[in-house]
Amino acid sequence: MLKIWSMKQQQQQAENAEGAAGKKKKKVTAAQLRVQRDLQELTLGNTMKMSFPNPDDILNFTLSIEPDEGMYKGGVFHFNFTVNQNFPHDPPKVKCTQKIYHPNIDLEGNVCLNILREDWKPVLNLNAVIVGMQFLFLEPNASDPLNKDAAEDLRSNRDSFKRNVRSSMAGGSVRGVSFERVLK
Amino acid sequence: MTTTSVTMEDKQGQWQHLYKVLSKPGPYSDEDWVPGMETVKALESSKILGAGGLGCEILKNLALSGFKDIHVIDMDTIDISNLNRQFLFRQADIGKPKAEVAAAFVEKRVKGVKITPFVGKIQDKDEDYYMQFKIVICGLDSIEARRWINSTLIGMVDPEDPESLKPLIDGGTEGFKGQARVILPTLSSCIECQLDMHAPRPAVPLCTIATIPRQPQHCIEWAHQIAWQEKRKDDSFDSDDMEHISWVYNAALQRAQHFHIHGVTFQMTQGVVKNIIPAIASTNAVIAASTTSEVLKIATSCNPYLENYMMYAGEEGVYTYTFEAEKKPDCPVCGNLARKMTVNADMTLGDFIESLGERAEAQLKKPSLRTEEKTLYQRFPPQLEEHTRPNLRLKLRELVEDGEEVAVSDPAYTIDFRYRLNFQ
Repeated sequence: MLKIWSMKQQQQQAENAEGAAGKKKKKVTAAQLRVQRDLQELTLGNTMKMSFPNPDDILNFTLSIEPDEGMYKGGVFHFNFTVNQNFPHDPPKVKCTQKIYHPNIDLEGNVCLNILREDWKPVLNLNAVIVGMQFLFLEPNASDPLNKDAAEDLRSNRDSFKRNVRSSMAGGSVRGVSFERVLK
Repeated sequence: MTTTSVTMEDKQGQWQHLYKVLSKPGPYSDEDWVPGMETVKALESSKILGAGGLGCEILKNLALSGFKDIHVIDMDTIDISNLNRQFLFRQADIGKPKAEVAAAFVEKRVKGVKITPFVGKIQDKDEDYYMQFKIVICGLDSIEARRWINSTLIGMVDPEDPESLKPLIDGGTEGFKGQARVILPTLSSCIECQLDMHAPRPAVPLCTIATIPRQPQHCIEWAHQIAWQEKRKDDSFDSDDMEHISWVYNAALQRAQHFHIHGVTFQMTQGVVKNIIPAIASTNAVIAASTTSEVLKIATSCNPYLENYMMYAGEEGVYTYTFEAEKKPDCPVCGNLARKMTVNADMTLGDFIESLGERAEAQLKKPSLRTEEKTLYQRFPPQLEEHTRPNLRLKLRELVEDGEEVAVSDPAYTIDFRYRLNFQ
């Protein structure tokens, strides 16, 4: 035991007794620090906006995506991001707050994006996630469906899928399901 | 070699085995170590803290190794399924808190040992509580709890008080696999440094669960994650509530029948939603033995301790491998400890940021800053910059408490800086 304490003293002398910490106060958590860094390194472009209901809490925020091309052009889509204290070991939780017609997003707002679940790695950052989210609106993917009906429509007839997207975005219904108006 | 004969008050010969180890040096003993009574006394007065699922084994081992002041934390109550391996518990104990029952049992069996139980989470206790111990030994069941105790013990290290450094011995098992590691906070590689070694739990793509389940587990995941949300939005799911598990089980069973999948059982449902991996009694025994002997060696210096990671694999034969995990220079917990900085409390945040740019070791050009509570100034995204810009004109004393930690990150550097601001 004493051995370890004298090791610490030696290390301390080597470091020239840099900083004696005073009474301990709350420390910035590893997750907060990583999010602070990730936020700074985001590339939002003009198709994405973020908002922070509580600016002091950077672990909870919303992302709005306004695709400027593709089938979802003209819509504004809102997602809630929840980052827990285990980030970046755990991926952020992302949920769409609107009821939308999309093959990879179900009616509850769950998102099927590989890096949000099975392919998440701590080296990935928030930018990777939002780039992935944006890609879902440019290239909806029928082979990984979460909304089976929408995926089936996309697979069988791309043109009618496009029409369904337009009418759902305007607040209409598709196959008896009504959707939220998401047009700007 | 001289054999120091130790005469101690050990009339029944209860501690004979221990005195053999502690009364004479061995070939690997530390040069500075003086065997004998003094070591034994030091051992008896070491306060040890244990916690968690490996607890039964660890507690028994510590008590039989001569530690006499042991504290134990556990938040769980005894379940019937524990009785096959958690040998301090009997059928009549079901429903009682594990920490209390275990403490009472060991105190009764090993005379002269004092065990203080605490029923609750390790997170319920603060630094002042952890400060009273000499060594902390853990058999925790989650990465989250490990990260918490790790960062707490590292945060407690005060360079001017060597006793604030509490060695952490961490054990863990998963089925036939296990690990034991020794962490000397701020001196050696910590749990956060080694985090990348844990493979994340294999997750099944949500779309497989939602559309084409192939395995009974997929049906359970569907019932748990998708059906619950749709049908019982207002109830938050509790994996310990039998009614909730039954509901998920029935939903999963129906879905499995629909897809002609066999094998969904109540037990499997419980296993999937609670992420249960069967615990093997012998693995626990091996890992507990390893961790407790490390505690004994560190507390007494009688032999060299583990440096610093031992893995154990018991699936095929018995295999162990020991290596020294390295410190990660940019470890967010132990890599950059807060440096002290004395500042004028009347300085504005804007001026403070500018002064960071002039400091030789930092030269931060575009820093973002926060405390645990407040976002002080965040340069990007623009929405947050707008919110925090007014802070630049505020005085430090209006934003930060004396002695509080400020974390600074700058895109130009891959590491982050932590400063503890002391007011002039």
